[in-house]
Amino acid sequence: MEERSLNPWRRLLALPNESRFKTVVMAFLVSAICGALVSGATVLLRPIQAANRAAEEAARIAALVRGIPGMASLLETTGGALSTVVVDLNRGRAAQTVTPATLDAALADPANWLVLDPAQDLAGLGQRPDFVQIFLLRDEDARLSLVLLPVSGQGYGGQIDAILALGSDLNTVAGLAVTSQSETPGLGGRIEETAWQEGFAGTQMRDPSGTVRFRVAQGAAGGPYEVDGITGATRTGRGVTGMMRFWLGPDGYGPLLEAMARGEF
Amino acid sequence: MTELHSRTGVWHTLTSPLVHQNPVILQILGICSALAVTTSMATALTMSAALTVVLTLAAGLVSIIRGHIPETIRLIVQIVIVASLVIVIDQILQAFFAELSRALSVYVGLITTNCLVLGRTEAFARHNPPLPAMIDAFGNGLGYSLVLIVIGSLRELLGRGELLGFAVLPLADAGGWFTPLSLMLLAPSAFFLLGLLVWAVRTILIEQSEPEEHAPPPRQEVTR
Repeated sequence: MEERSLNPWRRLLALPNESRFKTVVMAFLVSAICGALVSGATVLLRPIQAANRAAEEAARIAALVRGIPGMASLLETTGGALSTVVVDLNRGRAAQTVTPATLDAALADPANWLVLDPAQDLAGLGQRPDFVQIFLLRDEDARLSLVLLPVSGQGYGGQIDAILALGSDLNTVAGLAVTSQSETPGLGGRIEETAWQEGFAGTQMRDPSGTVRFRVAQGAAGGPYEVDGITGATRTGRGVTGMMRFWLGPDGYGPLLEAMARGEF
Repeated sequence: MTELHSRTGVWHTLTSPLVHQNPVILQILGICSALAVTTSMATALTMSAALTVVLTLAAGLVSIIRGHIPETIRLIVQIVIVASLVIVIDQILQAFFAELSRALSVYVGLITTNCLVLGRTEAFARHNPPLPAMIDAFGNGLGYSLVLIVIGSLRELLGRGELLGFAVLPLADAGGWFTPLSLMLLAPSAFFLLGLLVWAVRTILIEQSEPEEHAPPPRQEVTR
């Protein structure tokens, strides 16, 4: 039995290397073994990587909140916790049926995504989820003092994910944390640097008429609606501009922010 | 006698890539990643370890099947093996060293295209048994690591006044005397340092200087 099963294998190895059959079989074997190796490693390690990413995002949210002046003391007085809520972007209010626990399941359903036409799609996303989990921080009188909004958009090298913190007027940026990006290291990748992200604090997003005026400048920031551009990363800057304009506009958090301004939260 | 001979042979295979046959300094292989990840010691060390592991394993695997690699597809077979190992290492780094993996960004993936790896599997592992092939690969990995560590430590020391994140030179900001050279953290400084290193080594080891036939054809305005 052993001998017979080994035989074809021996015959294969005995073939000259230039034989077409052996070439094809070797190519197949090498690809199959390497494929199994790569898939095995990816599948086995994915849970650890996902946990890493989740921990990193939580750490960034915590660091973002801590970095905003006055927030650390506010966190202490309110019991040290952010509240979180899933919002329905189409209706501009808290989602009735979706909770943070069921958010992933809801977003697996294509019906819960809005396909964007090119004129709407300032962030280059193609589609936008109807439900997003946001984080809120309230002061002693239960008024909103900080709103953390996840945003994402197409940069130069891939998607940029960030969390934007708006102050109590829902227009002044309190801070920004980039949670994931794949821009060119050393150029667009510098959006990860805190020095650049600190430039967002105090920037205004919309003008009094409600139009989103924010943009990443080409060079140094001029005026209350701009942050400094990064030299050599024009398209990354444009991506960040588009991302903010989309998410604070009517197809993003616009309706939600209006509802918050009316005191419906 | 043969025992002694083979042992000095192994020792020679392992140590000659460190200085005398250094893949980066002498053969100028793999300098893209060598320049990109040397802004600090931590990234340089991680990259060195990743490349050494990939190179050693790839050399071993290629050497094991060396008798059965069809000539027509030998480069593809070698690249597939190297690429798979690189992906596995990258996944392991992402899982257990997430912070360093982010700092290295694309450069771990680019080990696949590092000429050094393919150079060793093609030139050595394909013609030698697994053990010498892996020793040779390990030695070359160490040679690459040595250059990365030298350049990485110089850049981190002069660019930030630190080594492995610990302050070594007192910074002027904090009341010391050392003003960091931020040029050292940018890509061009890696070229300068590598150039100076190659110059220094070739001045000491005169036999590494390239012979005349590699010089460009003489031109009127250049020759004096």
